Amino acid sequence: MDLLNIIRVAFRALQRNKMRAALTMLGIIIGVSAVVAMVSIGQGAQATVQAQIDSIGTNLLFVSAGAQNVGGVRSGTGDSGTNTLTVEDLDAIKREVPSVSMVTPAVNARGQLVAGNMNWNTSIQGVSEQYPEVRKWSVQSGEFFTDSDVRTAARVLVVGQTIADNLFAGADPIGQTIRVQNLPFRVVGVMVRKGQDAQGRDQDDVAFTPYTTAQKKILGSPRLQIAYVSAVSPDATYTAQQQITELLRQRHKLNSNDPDDFTVRNMSDIAEAANQTNSTMTMLLACIAGVSLLVGGIGIMNIMLVSVTERTREIGIRMAIGARSSAVRSQFLIESIVLSVTGGLFGILLGVASSLAIPKLLGWPTLISMMAIVGSVIFSVMVGIFFGYYPARKAAALDPIDALRYE
Amino acid sequence: MQAIQEITKANPSIAGSIEIPQTRAVIQLDNIHKTYTMGDVQVHALRGATLGIRAGEFVAIMGASGSGKSTTMNIIGCLDRPTKGTYILDGQDVSELSKDERADIRSHKIGFVFQGFNLLARTSALENVELPMLYAGVSGAQRHERAMQSLAAVGLAGREQNHPNQLSGGQQQRVAVARALVNDPALILADEPTGNLDSRTSVEVMEIFQRLNRERGITLVLVTHEPDIAQYAGRIVVFKDGKIRKDYPVKDQRDAAEELKNLPAIEADEEDD
Ligand SMILES: Nc1ncnc2c1ncn2[C@@H]1O[C@H](COP(=O)(O)OP(=O)(O)O)[C@@H](O)[C@H]1O
Ligand SMILES: [Mg+2]
Repeated sequence: MDLLNIIRVAFRALQRNKMRAALTMLGIIIGVSAVVAMVSIGQGAQATVQAQIDSIGTNLLFVSAGAQNVGGVRSGTGDSGTNTLTVEDLDAIKREVPSVSMVTPAVNARGQLVAGNMNWNTSIQGVSEQYPEVRKWSVQSGEFFTDSDVRTAARVLVVGQTIADNLFAGADPIGQTIRVQNLPFRVVGVMVRKGQDAQGRDQDDVAFTPYTTAQKKILGSPRLQIAYVSAVSPDATYTAQQQITELLRQRHKLNSNDPDDFTVRNMSDIAEAANQTNSTMTMLLACIAGVSLLVGGIGIMNIMLVSVTERTREIGIRMAIGARSSAVRSQFLIESIVLSVTGGLFGILLGVASSLAIPKLLGWPTLISMMAIVGSVIFSVMVGIFFGYYPARKAAALDPIDALRYE
Repeated sequence: MQAIQEITKANPSIAGSIEIPQTRAVIQLDNIHKTYTMGDVQVHALRGATLGIRAGEFVAIMGASGSGKSTTMNIIGCLDRPTKGTYILDGQDVSELSKDERADIRSHKIGFVFQGFNLLARTSALENVELPMLYAGVSGAQRHERAMQSLAAVGLAGREQNHPNQLSGGQQQRVAVARALVNDPALILADEPTGNLDSRTSVEVMEIFQRLNRERGITLVLVTHEPDIAQYAGRIVVFKDGKIRKDYPVKDQRDAAEELKNLPAIEADEEDD
């Protein structure tokens, strides 16, 4: 009996008990769709983080005041209670560390921006003129402020698109005046629109002013929380990190067993940590989903075993009218494969559909993985063969007379 | 006996002169023993049965329950192998064949009809009849055509799509007969085929058997415990305690076709419901 006929026989047999076939497939459907959806979510998150990291640049280093938090990487500002990072430290880094090309402090302040009768509460960042280069973020119109603005603590602002939209509503903000704490600031530039970051925060809701201006005229304190440092190349980041650490320890007069009172982190660490977290999550999710696939497979074996017992008489009839053992074995094996593969295909459909729906429903990015799909199909076939083999062998080993006498 | 067997194997022509009767037998059972072992207990179902059946014969096997009728049928049908003794089917010694070889013989040479019909449930009459051809490797178009012809031959044209639960007992047994004859077997074996049928339906099934036997020359072996059913055959073999007790030709063979003509037709309609 050729394969086509065996497949036909298997399909007929399954059609005779549609409800049971559907329920058996359900386990595989859920397993496969879970694998596909979970891998999509994981890959989506990974791709987003990667894109973000790529846009920041891998030669970027963060230097922040205060010791690193226990518990690992933390982005954002340093410990606000410390005074361990100074402008002089940064000057020293720029001067003395050969693998560093650029440095910009980032002094964080929140404030109310007033333009005419418009108001906007936003984050004001005190940075150096090198900020656009260090962060690879350029101005769209006007210009970024200059080193002389920094030296003189000039009251100039470069605004993000959100501020431009909200305070000037379409009019050109360049040359306009914005008041911060009642002091007039001149708008000299508007940054290129960046959009939202991976956490959904608006990156364009920010205004830049020289850090000297922020310290003296807005905060009234010389404190620094964080600085961005550019290494001369991505390969130099590790050396730069070492050298900065050494320099700052020396400058802060720390003993060899004192802990650092500052933190230096590089982008690749952060990227790696983020990627690792993401792949761990993806793996974990895929494994849990894989377990449900396994459970689905065991469900198939269970039903196939029940089926062999229930259909003992049928097997006897088939053998009596001329079916060889191999034909019976193939029939049951193919029934099992048909169940698992059909379930797998439905599972892929469901998995892809949920991968497409998840960004809309939950706002999580997804990236449908071809590998997960191909892998699921192969895995389903294997589940079918693996869990179908034993019941099929049992069916084929039946003696036709015993099978016919079975009640 | 062992010695004779050795000789038969080594030289079939000698065997012919010693063991096999003058007329060429399609079935030659020679001193068949069958012992079933159930735990410590040994059941001797057959204790040296010797039986020759010629091509085109219609033989009824009778005997008390447990006398070894079904066991004999299973051995003749290559469903089972004798514990001892030789069985030559159509000139071929089949007592030592493998499981697959026996399956192929069942597929091509033998048709079975059982007391309990043994049709596949939730499967149309047509598909049930097509089944043996599937295992015999008959092509799709031919399968359909031959199954239709076979069903028509047993008077079930128009019932092809009915499932067994939509058919009466007599109709189900006729589907089973159609299935048995669809691969054009030399031999049809029927183990108590009328055991579950009423008398009229039994006559109808016997009419089909007699027709197949007379018109197509199919050899028929039928087990029954009803003496009047045995009267449709041309020869009666009686088993007792695993041996053949009597073997005689039927004197006044009944003719099912004739009897059906004299039966009122209304019942046939009733049966169709
Ligand atoms: N598969 C089997 N296992 C054990 N004993 C069996 C088996 N088949 C038949 N027998 C025994 O062999 C004897 C003959 O059985 P069987 O040929 O079915 O008798 P009959 O068909 O004439 O009623 C009985 O005693 C029966 O119980
Ligand atoms: Mg019996």
